[in-house]
Amino acid sequence: MRRLGLRSVAIVYLLAVLLGPLAMVFYRAFENGLQPLWQSLTDPNTIHAFELTLEITAIAVPINTVFGVVCALTIVRQRFPGAGIVNAIVDLPLALSPVVVGLMLFLLYGRTGWFGTWFSDHGMQILFATPAMVIATIFVSLPFVAREVVPTLREIGDEQEQAAHTLGASGWQTFWRVTLPSIRWAVIYGVVLTTARCLGEYGAVAVVSGHIEGKTETATLRVQDYYENFNSTGAYGIAIVLAALSVLVLIAMTLLKPKETA
Amino acid sequence: MSIEVRSVSKRFGSFQALDDVSIDVGSGSLTALLGPSGSGKSTLLRIIAGLEEPDSGEIRLAGEDATVLAPQKRGVGFVFQHYAAFKHMTVRDNVAFGLKIRKRPKDEIGGRVDELLALVQLQGFGHRYPAQLSGGQRQRMALARALAPEPKVLLLDEPFGALDARVRAELRAWLRKLHDETHTTTVFVTHDQEEAMEVADSVVVMNGGRVEQVAGPRELYDAPVNDFVMTFVGEAIRFDGALVRPHDLELSLEPGEWTREAQVERIVHFGFQVRCELVDEDGVELFAQLTRDQAEELELEPGQIVFVRARESVRRPGVGVGGELPNVGG
Repeated sequence: MRRLGLRSVAIVYLLAVLLGPLAMVFYRAFENGLQPLWQSLTDPNTIHAFELTLEITAIAVPINTVFGVVCALTIVRQRFPGAGIVNAIVDLPLALSPVVVGLMLFLLYGRTGWFGTWFSDHGMQILFATPAMVIATIFVSLPFVAREVVPTLREIGDEQEQAAHTLGASGWQTFWRVTLPSIRWAVIYGVVLTTARCLGEYGAVAVVSGHIEGKTETATLRVQDYYENFNSTGAYGIAIVLAALSVLVLIAMTLLKPKETA
Repeated sequence: MSIEVRSVSKRFGSFQALDDVSIDVGSGSLTALLGPSGSGKSTLLRIIAGLEEPDSGEIRLAGEDATVLAPQKRGVGFVFQHYAAFKHMTVRDNVAFGLKIRKRPKDEIGGRVDELLALVQLQGFGHRYPAQLSGGQRQRMALARALAPEPKVLLLDEPFGALDARVRAELRAWLRKLHDETHTTTVFVTHDQEEAMEVADSVVVMNGGRVEQVAGPRELYDAPVNDFVMTFVGEAIRFDGALVRPHDLELSLEPGEWTREAQVERIVHFGFQVRCELVDEDGVELFAQLTRDQAEELELEPGQIVFVRARESVRRPGVGVGGELPNVGG
């Protein structure tokens, strides 16, 4: 009886908080039929927005995967006093509001910022262009791979790696043959979460992008753009595509999760 | 390959794991590092393997300084207490690992792996994963894996500690046999004095990061250098101010020279042996080990008063005079 109560609380909560709004988005997107929806989604600027989002994701995810694994190895395997600091820094993006992250980048790379002057002297545009958006996305999606890999590394311990060393394997061979296969599910899981975060990033990117339609507008920014211009069908349409991508990512995550540890 | 450990010290934070330890392990010998937990025996083994670096001192392998040599270059095989099996590889791939790293030809690897699987009696298990093996099978796999690159030294860290008593006994006998066939210099760590005595030619008794005694099993039991070794290797009790073995106590029903009065508390039968638990006239608990015939002849019963004395040959003052009996053994 108590279990049933608990279960219904969980289900009602999920319906009210998650599925309700999602259903509403679907309803509003299709409200005026398929024609306006299709028109909004095939608008060149919308297509560009999706392309830009995918491009940023394609750059940010591999970088954060490599550095996430490196950070995790540093935190767990290195015996040095700074390991705790690295651990705390990796969590920083989770604690900071993305808008603050955007602002920080603005101050660094802006015309009068620390790095901004150097880059503009060398003819490189960082702010209001793809580089700043990539940096912002990398920043906010940095913790996910490391956060997934750290507990797995702790759990497997370092005996397998030591065994590999005594059997003659170099550090590099040990990483590829022993460590990486042992943490591969955590890495994949982290990649999936990172991807989801990158696709959905709004706050930090909004601050540094400059919002130039067809140039520096990502899919999430495009949603805002449509919404402010009273094209709610278009806004909900993009929202649906983003939601569908997230659902795909979630499904991939569930399928990839190894059965033995599920 | 001989192993020389020269004045090695190692500290973990405020804990002195090893304190100026020196030992010699002869080429082709089978040596046990025996001691209670925290005695530094595993640290010493790991330093020999290169898995830890000593704070000071020197390790020489086959006469060459190897103190800072990487574990990959020492030519040692290492077996861990908890197997350290590569979980994502089959038994075959686990065993072949060291050979693949050395880029040996494929058919040579195949042949060698077959040979080793036969040696550890795991033929037919080659395509299983470690998770599908029992503890004893996993440890045999780990042994085969360590032996595959033909190490000059085999190091085992409490290799049978995680296994149940029957499997442990089997593997002990097997290790002894393996050593007799291959004569690979072997060092194993154990906290089980019976295991050390049964398997090793030479036993290094360690305590508190120091070496207490290095001797053959028999000498260790008959001529322990101090109270610690006496109590840690075999059972010992304090009787009349001296440490004696419980089987060196004689019981009689009449008082005599050297005897102390005691009351029988409990009699425990271990097959051929009988353990008689006593409380002496000062209220001190002790026990004597008798044969079943001796116990029957005395018709021992709980509550009975008996007279106890140490056998003449051991009637001597405690080796290290006074002091509390270390709380070890059982």
